[in-house]
Amino acid sequence: MLPAIEIENVHKHFGSLHALKGVSLTIEQGEFFGLLGPNGAGKSTLINILAGLTRMDSGAVTVMGHDVVKDYRQSRYSLGVVPQELVFDPFFSVRELLEIQAGYFGQRKTSGKWIDRLLEGLKLTDKASSNMRSLSGGMKRRVLIAQALVHKPQVVILDEPTAGVDVELRSSLWEFIQMLHQEGHTIVLTTHYLEEAEMLCDRIGIINQGEMIALDSKEALLAKGVGQLRTLRITLANHIEALPDLVKSKLQHASANVLEIRLDRHNDSIVAMMDALRDAGGEVVDIAIEESDLEDVFIELTRQAT
Amino acid sequence: MNFSGLYTLFYKEILRFAKVALQTVLAPVVTALLYLLVFSHVLEEHVEVYDNISYTAFLIPGLMMMSIIQNAFANSSSSLIQSKITGNIIFVLLTPLSYLEFYLAFLFASIVRALVVGIGIFLVAMGFVELPVHNALYLFLFAFLSSAVLGSIGIIAGIWSERFDHLAGFQNFIIMPLSFLSGVFYSIHSLPPFWQLLSKFNPFFYMIDGFRYGFFGVSDINPLYSLAVVFVAWTLLAVLTLNMLRVGYKLRN
Repeated sequence: MLPAIEIENVHKHFGSLHALKGVSLTIEQGEFFGLLGPNGAGKSTLINILAGLTRMDSGAVTVMGHDVVKDYRQSRYSLGVVPQELVFDPFFSVRELLEIQAGYFGQRKTSGKWIDRLLEGLKLTDKASSNMRSLSGGMKRRVLIAQALVHKPQVVILDEPTAGVDVELRSSLWEFIQMLHQEGHTIVLTTHYLEEAEMLCDRIGIINQGEMIALDSKEALLAKGVGQLRTLRITLANHIEALPDLVKSKLQHASANVLEIRLDRHNDSIVAMMDALRDAGGEVVDIAIEESDLEDVFIELTRQAT
Repeated sequence: MNFSGLYTLFYKEILRFAKVALQTVLAPVVTALLYLLVFSHVLEEHVEVYDNISYTAFLIPGLMMMSIIQNAFANSSSSLIQSKITGNIIFVLLTPLSYLEFYLAFLFASIVRALVVGIGIFLVAMGFVELPVHNALYLFLFAFLSSAVLGSIGIIAGIWSERFDHLAGFQNFIIMPLSFLSGVFYSIHSLPPFWQLLSKFNPFFYMIDGFRYGFFGVSDINPLYSLAVVFVAWTLLAVLTLNMLRVGYKLRN
């Protein structure tokens, strides 16, 4: 089966800035892929190259097997992009915009029922005749999603779809995106909310300073390096003057009677820590365990690469 | 060729100016009418440019062509700069439209708006003076090709401009002076030799002179020569515009 997206050794310069330094990446059909990275890492440049909005200096990119430069028509038929900014044409109503967008792809006359479904799925039916200017930010965001889907692309790129969106709308957008994935679309998501990527994505790529510094399944990323660590937070009833060496060696932070100890998930024992503290005269009144998440992995990886 | 996509972009551009027709169609017609009222009232009794043709009648084709020129430019340039500044041009750039389809859609929308304004002025002017039509084909060709020239310049200006004042500079320092100094209000034969010579380097002069020939059958320059000048200007501008669109100049990084 053809990969949904194949990126091979892509370089891009903006003047003296080397924005992409030989990025390679393959995303299979049906994947839910998360592309993460700090601001200015090269995520948007990579997405723009996929969408034909930016020209790469060298390398090759295909969408559903179609080269984005030589076979741009077919690659754009296969791709829907939800841009990050809330951009819209102020002259038109929601339905007009969707009909026009479908028309660019040769589907103006056949898109009626599909547009109705999109409006319904995104809870925009009652706003179909409203001008874009009159919609709230959240509704505009939903229209952007509908515009990206109106030509029924197999691959959908969502560039920070939940940025600046309230909690309720965010969760309804997640549901809609998950439904798209279940219907067989390949989804590429960029987001600053790492819990969003952790919850939705099967595989994650982390890009930093124009290089892909991590590319693995979510589970594999969490299983290595900082992902193996957990934080044990112990509250003591009394203050211990001299902490036992076992605890000291793993101590991350101490304040008043609260100790934060960083433990390896496989090699360090919580019971041993508790015993050592008790032997030193400490009376434990509360413990809490915090597992590492994608955010810890992300921070650790981008910090190492800087 | 993605004809459906081309037609959709053309239709969108038509719909865009039709939704604000008060500003894009009616306002230029009223402006031309005001010029007509003021200049014909002041000069009707004092000036006769061509034998047996009143100054008011002489003025109307010039005003029509001036409005055609300005509106063809305004349509493509304002649509592009607005789309670029608001960012919604992305919805066109993400589609499978080729650069040729992009050009043709913006071009024909500019031509349509320019012709609608031109016809509007003609219909209103009929209330003031009866205009003869010597050669309808010339009228159409000059109106069409002149709109195409200015529609193309509008696309170039819209792509090149990064702010509204860049575009205003284009409009105020290039389009307006060239259209005012092209023989709208006078025949170049009434100018001193130096200014006559200079006028012949102004492509807008050929548009107005040839268009006027279509009404009266008289002109300062052979209309076929004028037609050739306008056609060559369009061809050169089309090549330049298409090349800008092909490389994605200021549209695709």
